Amino acid sequence: MKNNEDTQAHRYWKENLTYLAILLAIWFLASYGAGILFADFLNNFQLGGFKLGFWFAHQGAIYVFVILIFVYIRLMNRLDKKYGYDE
Amino acid sequence: MDVKTWTYIIVGITFAIYIGIAFWSRASSTKDFYVAGGGVSPLANGMATAADWMSAASFISMAGLISFMGYDGTVYLMGWTGGYVLLALLLAPYLRKFGKFTVPDFIGDRYYSNSARTVAVVCALLVSFTYVAGQMRGVGVVFSRFLEVDINTGVIIGMVIVLIYAVMGGMKGITYTQVAQYCVLIFAFMVPAIYISIIMTGVPIPQIGMGSTLTDGSGVYLLDKLDGLSRELGFAEYTQGSKSMQDVFAITFALMVGTAGLPHVIVRFFTVKRVKDARMSAGLALGFIAILYTTAPAISVFARTNLIETVSNRDYATVPKWFTNWEKTGLLAFTDKNNDGKIQYVANKETNELTIDNDIMVLANPEIANLPNWVIALVAAGGLAAALSTAAGLLLVISSSVSHDLLKKIVMPTISEKGELIAARLSAAVAVCIAGYFGINPPGFVAAVVALAFGLAAASFFPAIILGIFYKRMNKEGAVAGMVVGTVLMIYYMVKYKMGWLDATPPPANEWWFGISPEGFGSVAMLANFAVSLTISAFTPAPPEDVQQIVEDIRLPMGAGEATNH
Repeated sequence: MKNNEDTQAHRYWKENLTYLAILLAIWFLASYGAGILFADFLNNFQLGGFKLGFWFAHQGAIYVFVILIFVYIRLMNRLDKKYGYDE
Repeated sequence: MDVKTWTYIIVGITFAIYIGIAFWSRASSTKDFYVAGGGVSPLANGMATAADWMSAASFISMAGLISFMGYDGTVYLMGWTGGYVLLALLLAPYLRKFGKFTVPDFIGDRYYSNSARTVAVVCALLVSFTYVAGQMRGVGVVFSRFLEVDINTGVIIGMVIVLIYAVMGGMKGITYTQVAQYCVLIFAFMVPAIYISIIMTGVPIPQIGMGSTLTDGSGVYLLDKLDGLSRELGFAEYTQGSKSMQDVFAITFALMVGTAGLPHVIVRFFTVKRVKDARMSAGLALGFIAILYTTAPAISVFARTNLIETVSNRDYATVPKWFTNWEKTGLLAFTDKNNDGKIQYVANKETNELTIDNDIMVLANPEIANLPNWVIALVAAGGLAAALSTAAGLLLVISSSVSHDLLKKIVMPTISEKGELIAARLSAAVAVCIAGYFGINPPGFVAAVVALAFGLAAASFFPAIILGIFYKRMNKEGAVAGMVVGTVLMIYYMVKYKMGWLDATPPPANEWWFGISPEGFGSVAMLANFAVSLTISAFTPAPPEDVQQIVEDIRLPMGAGEATNH
């Protein structure tokens, strides 16, 4: 029983870590990528009256942050149910 | 009615609400006092966290700062929001599951050592005190401008209000007042922004308005116009900025990680019932914060354009009334260097005749745009709400650090619950007085000190907490060494390159390590902390079995129970 519990917990943790890696990669790309490192390049494109790189730095990254957390909440609530850790 | 009457009415009503809430939600146990009884709903906690987080600096200073920094302002916009992703994904759920009252609690238990706990307490106090002084000052500034009382009187009024609800209600009182304060501050921030957006671009949503065309019929995009104006006057183009890329990167990173490591933000996640509530409240908190943080850059663009168009090359004799109003406060100053009676506002310091304090951009914005008097009064109430809510959250961290972490856990473990509660109230009261003292006699290095608070949070707490959750093998030797090295390195860099105490003057920017400014150095100090922690722990014994079991346990969301005082 203890062993079974153990592998179950480990599988849950591993899936959790996979989600974290993917979400944090997007987090990095939207803020440090689009907003800073590639901002100059993206500024060649327009989004309405915004230069695209500037838009990411002053607006877009923040929207992405909010969406990321809510995606994480959904993923984790599903994962909790799948492994019976829901309460 | 004039602005002053409106301000008395609106500020008076909001203060009455805060005090009413404080009476309704008095704390009766240490659990109430430290974590609001652990039964706050995610929605309320989200709002409270947002108000806790958004300080006088966010409300009053940030939009103004950005309007002078242009693109570079992203360090604040992304830096002060992106940390919530780290909090939500890497910290909040696990710390909630751990289920104690404070951050030093986690550090002390996870690293099974009172020296780790003491280091954490010292860091928490250092971070919180530096931060709270600025808030009390903010209260004073708002009072002095809008109610024409002395700054010091303003600080004292603010102290009394915070004292009433923080000492009486503890975390419980603070939480529910912060919910009210969030509503006040976001309303106060949005109303003028929407007004101005409509006036300038015809779009009622400021976030879209800043990227729209002007209503003057020219069909020119607002941002293109501002870039053009900036170029003409010799400033960097608004959408370009002037900092180096690695510095923007480092500052943003330090602020994000610092946000995630600030104790007054972390404790907010101890107040909800379940792990999933902690995740949810982090998401809601960032949602509430994002409303202000995506509006602020729009205000910056509106205000900057308005300012340049209003004052540039204008005859001093014909300036609008707000100009002379703000000249009286000393936040705006004009010296006619070439004696032509006109205002030359240009980038060149030799010929520039106008100096403008950042804070004016938000506080005077409604006047500049000719908005009704009640809107101006609302901004005053909003600024006060932002400053008071943050001050209260910080004071709670200070008082729990003293009464819980220091007294109960280290000095006097036998103290009764009742005694601890009295100690908590007393230390909150003492902390308010110290904060008020710094508000009245602000240390000359306030700006440096706030950057230091973030750098310290990044360099001390963040690695210790992350490793404590994600690396089971991390032991006390590694964590303590990492925190000490990170903190000392950060303080050294700040003292040498920001305050210049080691040399006659602060060394020039070209001597910065890796081209990184003191504001961004928290990133480097944090990496040093990680490196030292991992290295030392590799050569020292693994943590005991029961500690490794704690780590296994906090990784699973079930059975968080309530925050307890085991």
